[in-house]
Amino acid sequence: MDAFAALANGMAVALQPMNLLFALIGVFLGTAVGVLPGIGPALTVALLLPVTYKLDPGGSLIMFAGIYYGGMYGGSTTAILINTPGESASMATALEGNKMAKAGRGGPALATAAIGSFVAGTLATLGLAFLAPSLVDFAVKFGPEDYFALMCVAFVTVSATFGDSPIRGLTSLFIGLTLGLVGIDKLTGQARLAFGIPELLDGVEVTTLAVGLFAIGEALYVASRRHHAEEKLEPVRGSLWMTREDWKRSWKPWLRGTMFGFPIGALPAGGAEIPTFLSYSTEKRLAAHPEEFGKGAIEGVAGPEAANNASAAGTLVPLLTLGLPTSATAAMMLAGFQQYGLNPGPLLFAERPELVWGLIASLFIANVMLLVLNLPLVGLWVKLLAIPQPWLYAGILVFATMGTIAAKPSVIELSMLAAFGVLGFLMRRFDYPIAPVVVGLILGPIAEAQLRRALAISLGDPMVLVQSWASVILLTIAAIALIAPFALKGLGRFKASDD
Amino acid sequence: MITGKSGRARPKTDSAGVVVAAFLALLAAILVWDASKITSNTIYGMGPEVTPVVIAIGLGILAVANLFDALRGNLPARESADPVAVWLILGGLALMIAIIGFGGGFIPATSALFVATSAAFGRRALLVDLAIAIVLTTLVYLAFDKLLTLSLPAGPLERLL
Repeated sequence: MDAFAALANGMAVALQPMNLLFALIGVFLGTAVGVLPGIGPALTVALLLPVTYKLDPGGSLIMFAGIYYGGMYGGSTTAILINTPGESASMATALEGNKMAKAGRGGPALATAAIGSFVAGTLATLGLAFLAPSLVDFAVKFGPEDYFALMCVAFVTVSATFGDSPIRGLTSLFIGLTLGLVGIDKLTGQARLAFGIPELLDGVEVTTLAVGLFAIGEALYVASRRHHAEEKLEPVRGSLWMTREDWKRSWKPWLRGTMFGFPIGALPAGGAEIPTFLSYSTEKRLAAHPEEFGKGAIEGVAGPEAANNASAAGTLVPLLTLGLPTSATAAMMLAGFQQYGLNPGPLLFAERPELVWGLIASLFIANVMLLVLNLPLVGLWVKLLAIPQPWLYAGILVFATMGTIAAKPSVIELSMLAAFGVLGFLMRRFDYPIAPVVVGLILGPIAEAQLRRALAISLGDPMVLVQSWASVILLTIAAIALIAPFALKGLGRFKASDD
Repeated sequence: MITGKSGRARPKTDSAGVVVAAFLALLAAILVWDASKITSNTIYGMGPEVTPVVIAIGLGILAVANLFDALRGNLPARESADPVAVWLILGGLALMIAIIGFGGGFIPATSALFVATSAAFGRRALLVDLAIAIVLTTLVYLAFDKLLTLSLPAGPLERLL
């Protein structure tokens, strides 16, 4: 199989001393930023985008891979030691892991999370390496109408199908789509929604939006409800190492978590919440001591943490092969590619194989580095958690604005950043999901371009959208995924009114 | 809705939800107005004015849906918020933007933001925080401007470095 040869070539790229150094800096920065409370992997990548600005694409993407995985590791440390999951995917980890830390078993909780992430990350990256070439072969045959249909599926699944409320998810998505319209239309050169402001002609920067929504929005939100509860840092007491019993109870959940995480992440279904919760409930059902769940069961950390990491590698499958981001973090990765004018997809595999395979290979290396770095250095990361909250958030805001100040130091751009911060605060306060906005901003313009290309080729005949089987099937899936949550909710309501 | 006949008290209208609906409707109106000014010369397929209208229709539908949710009081419960903290951070952001806009440079601008944010999180030791802020932002400036050669805006203070 040619995946082996390609992966070997990628390894040769990733193992160059300079690239190893980039990977090391990446995992180090990723863990350091990811461990800060309230900062999930997506924001970690967004905050560190400017750091990679001046590097060459190869080195910077490798650093990115490290930041991505490092952010995930760091997030689980925060979830275990203070009960604040940086993202909903670490909720299950926080549930059991924080209880374990309270019971003086923080060390084994951190260890099973780290080793589980390593096992899941390695297996899922292997899955990525072997799945990607065949998906690329398939995707090469896609016409613009098929891509448009695929984006429709992504829009619906990211915003409507798996959220709490489809209306709120779709509202977020459409705000993102609106922001995506701003700027010069690439096909005709006409300005849309620019209102005569030159800065707006370039469109809305993904990093400005993401940093505003995630960093500033989060800081405003946490500040606004500071009077409710203080977070408490659990010190790591006792042994750092897992006992034989811990190993015995952990290895099956790791593998099962991987089995949930990778396929669900690889489907354009977005988010790691579903696999982590599936894994959590499965482990609870299969556990020898189900009564321990909710009081600090190690299976409840091992399984979801593995599922979380496997699905993170899974989301790289649609991202690298189709250019389709299905989570906020993947959207930030796409922004990282775009900063070098690179567009992930089948073409990139053909044109720059050393880049794509170097990235995939460096995911393995990042994983190994994280395991080596994390277990002994956990004391260092814990110190970062002890930074007093006022300085922590003040520092986060300085770094968050620095990215925009470095890229475009204009009053308009900075005001947009602040406005997105307010938007992020209000969306958090009124419970609208954030990720669909970012996905809408990135995918909206691509979907529009594909649709218009398809219609231009067909001389304006809309039937082109249903001419290929792929697009018919994808559009049907999108329609079902859009209607299903409403239909199910309706059914639920009928039931509720019956009794 | 089938729950109406149960005869329970009429749910309270959520005024914030009504504002959200109005905002979405306004956004839709702006999209249509902006699209109407685009002169299309596309012969085949869609011109640049079509997508904004499609998105505006979607926003309109969502405005109605959000309005219904708000009128039925269907919004998720929320806890009280501290407006002072929010305004302090927003004030810090405004100050930061003003200092950058008037050429004051990176260090004073982000120091102002740092102190305002730290105050929003309950710190009252302004001078200590200011000192920390200046040291931190100077280090950031040196690291990024000199080591990574990112160009950060320079004011009088930065030119001394």
